Amino acid sequence: MSIQSCVEVHTEWGIVSARQAGRNLAKDVGFGNVDQARITTAISELARNIYLYADKGEICIEAIQELDKHGAKKGIKVTARDKGPGIKNVREVMSDGFTTSGGLGAGLPGVKRLMDEFDIDSVSGEGTVITTIKWLR
Amino acid sequence: MVDSYQILQEQYEKLLEEYIGQKDEQGLYQGQQFSKKVLENQISPEEMVSLHLDIIEGWYPDIPSGLRDSFEFLLEVMIGYGLAYQEHQSLKDRQKELESEIDVAANMQQTFLPAAKPEVQGLDLGVLTMPASKMSGDYYHFVKDENDCIGLAIADIIGKGVPAALCMSMIKYAMESLPEQRLQPGGLLENLNRVVEQNVASNMFITMMYGSYDPRFHTFHYSGAGHEPGFYYNAQTDEFEELYAKGMVLGVTREASFREYKKDVAPGDIIVLLSDGVTECRTEEGFIEQEVITSLIRANMHKSAQEIVECVFYELEKLQGFQLRDDFTLMILRREV
Repeated sequence: MSIQSCVEVHTEWGIVSARQAGRNLAKDVGFGNVDQARITTAISELARNIYLYADKGEICIEAIQELDKHGAKKGIKVTARDKGPGIKNVREVMSDGFTTSGGLGAGLPGVKRLMDEFDIDSVSGEGTVITTIKWLR
Repeated sequence: MVDSYQILQEQYEKLLEEYIGQKDEQGLYQGQQFSKKVLENQISPEEMVSLHLDIIEGWYPDIPSGLRDSFEFLLEVMIGYGLAYQEHQSLKDRQKELESEIDVAANMQQTFLPAAKPEVQGLDLGVLTMPASKMSGDYYHFVKDENDCIGLAIADIIGKGVPAALCMSMIKYAMESLPEQRLQPGGLLENLNRVVEQNVASNMFITMMYGSYDPRFHTFHYSGAGHEPGFYYNAQTDEFEELYAKGMVLGVTREASFREYKKDVAPGDIIVLLSDGVTECRTEEGFIEQEVITSLIRANMHKSAQEIVECVFYELEKLQGFQLRDDFTLMILRREV
């Protein structure tokens, strides 16, 4: 296990810092430019959600390694955590075409597409934790 | 995946090289054809940008760093397009799923309608119903009792599409669960009204016309619940009159009563029941006049009842440019001469 680096997200500057931290680590892990951009976009969307709906929270990024039958695989894990209002209907926000902000943002389905693994826990009134992983191929 | 990506990469490099060498329309045409392959293989826009940059960097190792960086920027911008495209694909798949579900439901709905027309000596019956889209908010029903009396029902749920269709299925079961003994039209509508009032959302309304033809006395008793008036053709005077029955739309108030009307049906007389999809046919000039419908019936009067409804439907469909705006149901009952 490597060390997690966490960035507090409370302003748009926080979003940019989270992106930067993600891009640097993605580069270190060995991701190509397309995947770097995808990971960064995913972080960006998660951080924006915190900024827009939870006011503040944090994005934690770590390099991970897992052993499987082909040997060790490396990846990057992004965790977005907030103590905001939570998501009342997770199924709804995870479906394509759903939007609350009215924008053309990627939304959570977009984040899921950009990454390889996606997990969400949300309790109404308590907050949301989203964990997502991209593996290096 | 990796293999096909590599093949595409090589093809792209070759096409790009040819184009840069010759700079002709042929080369661009190849590029356009290539884009289809890219879409087929679900290569995202950001991948295309990256692929392009890789090739350029391979050819020109000392491209200015600013130019190189500009591609990184473009790549970032393209990610959004890639996601939008993927979302579009997934929504398209979902639409297909929904459509096939609706097809199944529409087929099911067809089975709600009577499978066969009742046969009664001396009576000729024709009926046609056509939904504006896949599912219908119109309903009709025939029933023949032990005295050979024929009950005819035509109902129209205000609105159309799936909600109306759901409501229509309820009307079918409500009608079938009514007491076995033959009900007079007024009593039947009172019963149905209670069912609708209790079971259907207050913003859904159903209009209905119910009539009972007694072949022993050649009388037609009928009542209506806010339904589009039909027509009665009097063979002796050779005239059409409106077949109107005053009554409240079903489901508005719990206790409603429905006046019963009676016609003595002479040989050659015709009873026409319809839904508002028939009278509210719209052409470019506006709603059609009732006379259009009666004159269409008149023009086909020498045919069988079924042929008449089919001809009238065809003509009205044609008038509207073969586009129905509302569910269409037309029923004709004629006492044979």
